[in-house]
Amino acid sequence: MPNPSRLADLLRDGRFVVTAELSSVNSADPEATWRRAEVLRGSVDAINCTDNTGAHVHMSSLAAAHLLVEKGLEPIMQLTVRDRNRLALQADLLGAAALGVRNLVLMSGDDVTAGDHPEARRIYDIDSMQLLEVAAAMRDRGTYLSGRKLEQAPSFFIGAVENPFAPPLEFRPLRLQKKVRAGADFIQTQLVFDVPLFARFMAMVADLGLVGKVFIIPSIGIPRSARGAHFMREKVPGLHVPDSLVARLEKTPPSRQAEEGVKIAVELVNAVREIPGVSGVHLIGIKWEEGVVQVAEAAGLLPRPTLSPLATVGGRG
Amino acid sequence: MRVVERLVLAVEKPLKEAIWDCRMCGQCILHSTGLICPMRCPKNLRNGPCGGVRANGNCEVYADKRCVWVEAWEGSRRLPVFKDHIQHLQKPVDWQLQGSSSWVNLVSGRDQIAPKGWRAEP
Repeated sequence: MPNPSRLADLLRDGRFVVTAELSSVNSADPEATWRRAEVLRGSVDAINCTDNTGAHVHMSSLAAAHLLVEKGLEPIMQLTVRDRNRLALQADLLGAAALGVRNLVLMSGDDVTAGDHPEARRIYDIDSMQLLEVAAAMRDRGTYLSGRKLEQAPSFFIGAVENPFAPPLEFRPLRLQKKVRAGADFIQTQLVFDVPLFARFMAMVADLGLVGKVFIIPSIGIPRSARGAHFMREKVPGLHVPDSLVARLEKTPPSRQAEEGVKIAVELVNAVREIPGVSGVHLIGIKWEEGVVQVAEAAGLLPRPTLSPLATVGGRG
Repeated sequence: MRVVERLVLAVEKPLKEAIWDCRMCGQCILHSTGLICPMRCPKNLRNGPCGGVRANGNCEVYADKRCVWVEAWEGSRRLPVFKDHIQHLQKPVDWQLQGSSSWVNLVSGRDQIAPKGWRAEP
C-alpha cells in the first residue's frame, strides 16, 4: 500500500521519536485544526488526534487525522471503545485507512462521568484489548471480526496505551504484554511525573522480554501554570501528579510559570531518555502547541529526521 | 426457553448473584479473573483494568468502590490452578447470551463460540 507510516519507519530505524498531542477543537472550520497543527510542523514526527478526550465532545479524531493528512502532517488517530460498538469501530478504522491514516492508538477511554455528558450511555461493547486484535485482524488477515473478507486490507501501525502508575502495579507490565500479543506495535504511556516508578515499570517490561517487540513512548506533560497542574491532579482520571511539582509551580511567579513548566518537561524528557527500552517521547501541552516546540528545542530533539525516500512515496493514501 | 435451562437458572442465578454479584453475561470467565465478576466493571472490561484506576486502588467511576480488576488481580494471586489465566486474551462478549445460563452454555460449548474473525489462541 502507498503512504506507509513514517512513524513506524523511524522507530524501526532505531530513531528516538517525538510525538505530540494536538489540542482538540470545537470548530467546524478546518483552519482551527490546521492552525494548531502547523505550530508542530517540523518539531514532531507524528501528531495524536484525540477521541473525545476526557469524555468531552470535540471534533472527531477521524476528521482531525484526515485534515492533517491533507496538509502532509502525519496523524496518530486515537480511538476509544467508549463511544462506539464493534460495527462503528471497524467502519471508522477502514474509513481512516482509506483517508490515509496509518497510525492508531486504541484505548478504553475516560469514562463518560469524567466529561460534559455524564448522563450518556457508555458503550464498551468490546474492550481496548479486543479492539487491538480486531485492528490487527483487519490488517494481517484482511477480515472483519465477523470473518467477512475485506477487498483491500488496511496497513496500520497499531498503538495502545498503558498507565504504569495505576494499581495493580504488578499487573501493568503483564497487561502491556497482553496488548502486544493482541497486536500493539507501540505503546504511549500515561503522563510520567514519577520517574523512578516508571523506571521500575520499564525494568519489569524488559524482564518480560518485551523490549524490541514493542516500542514504548512515555508521555511528558508540559504544565503551563500552577492552576493547570492542579487541574491535572484533581480532574484527569488515572493521572498521578506529585505535590512537589504543583508546589514548585506555585512558588514560581505567574508570569514565569510557563517557562518553569517547560523546564520541568525538559528535565522529565532527559530523565526518561536514559531508561532502557524507551523509544521516544510523547509531548502533551494542553492547548499549548508552542510549549511542545519549546520543549523539543530545549531538550535537543530538533531538528527532526527528514522523510525517508520510502515514506515520501505515494503522497496521500 | 427450554425447561432444563430454566431449572438450571433457578439455581445458578441466585447463587452466583449472591456470591459474586454476577451479572449473568452467560459466558462465565470467573476462574480467569480471580473469581471476581468482570462484568461488574462499569466499562465491562474482560482483559484487565483501565488506566483510570485511582492511586488508592478504587474505581475511576465509583470513587468509593474498589476497582474490580484490582480485586481480580489480588484474587488471581490466591488461585492455585488458574493463577495465570488472567493473562489470557478474552474474546469479545457475545451479548446474545446475556441472561442465559453460563452452566448450560459451558456444557453445550455455546460460550466457546467466538466471532469467525477472532483468532483461536487465548
